[in-house]
Amino acid sequence: MSVKTVGTPEQSREPDLSTTTSRRPAGTLYRGREGMWSWVLHRITGVAIFFFLLVHVLDTALVRVSPEAYNAVIGTYQTPIMGLGEVGLVGAIVFHAFNGLRIILIDFWSKGTRYQRVMFYVVIGLWVVTMLGFVPRHLINVFSH
Amino acid sequence: MTSTTIDSPRTPAGSAKRRGVNWEKWGWIYMRVSGVVLLVLIFGHLFVNLMVGEGVKAIDFAFVGGKWSDPFWKVWDTLMLWLAMIHGGNGMRTIVNDYARSPRLRKVLVGAIAASVVVLILLGTLVVFTFDPCPVVPADQAHLLPSFCPAP
Repeated sequence: MSVKTVGTPEQSREPDLSTTTSRRPAGTLYRGREGMWSWVLHRITGVAIFFFLLVHVLDTALVRVSPEAYNAVIGTYQTPIMGLGEVGLVGAIVFHAFNGLRIILIDFWSKGTRYQRVMFYVVIGLWVVTMLGFVPRHLINVFSH
Repeated sequence: MTSTTIDSPRTPAGSAKRRGVNWEKWGWIYMRVSGVVLLVLIFGHLFVNLMVGEGVKAIDFAFVGGKWSDPFWKVWDTLMLWLAMIHGGNGMRTIVNDYARSPRLRKVLVGAIAASVVVLILLGTLVVFTFDPCPVVPADQAHLLPSFCPAP
């Protein structure tokens, strides 16, 4: 029985699952390497963003309590430590967003599975570029005035 | 030697063929559709709130009052709230389904997620649409209101 494999053409030349003695078969989407680590990161960032979202809806709801209450709580978001936390939050969101597009391409683009590894590095590259645009500006806002 | 029959991987767990709406399929589609919309909504939200002007330092009651005086941002934020809460809740449900080891724990956790999502969507929607940028406040808080509010 032949097992359909995904990945680069180079991988497809490796032996079939049924004949290989390797403990880690080549060319699976989620088992090992880029496919697995992108999945792990997608979960971790997703959970982190979800819990932030819960808190963020609650802190925003304070605008219905009083201007004073809202300003007191939102003021804590403007401290240096929280400023660094916001870098982490935005980093998580940007990764989750770009890797989400990668997942959609794997699902719907005919060549998606073949290029899933390359797309992981594209995601990392776009993440770096986005963060280079965001982090300096944000840190200047947080650490000045 | 005994022979064992192993079902092929995609054989449904139940014996009878399932009928009705395939909710898992629609959940799968929802994650992808809402994900693309959320990318636009959240990147826009982050850009306007963290990158423009003084960024996070400029956020206060008056800032929110200015934004939510505009129906555009009310709709933007409400859409973002609904799409993100359901997207996040469904993602958390997927993770609980993967790791919860007993059906009871799974039910408790999925129930807690569902309850949080419903409560926060209702709370958030109520806040956006009952928000008054110029509320009646004690005199010592008057300076916290947006500049367009009439003087007390």
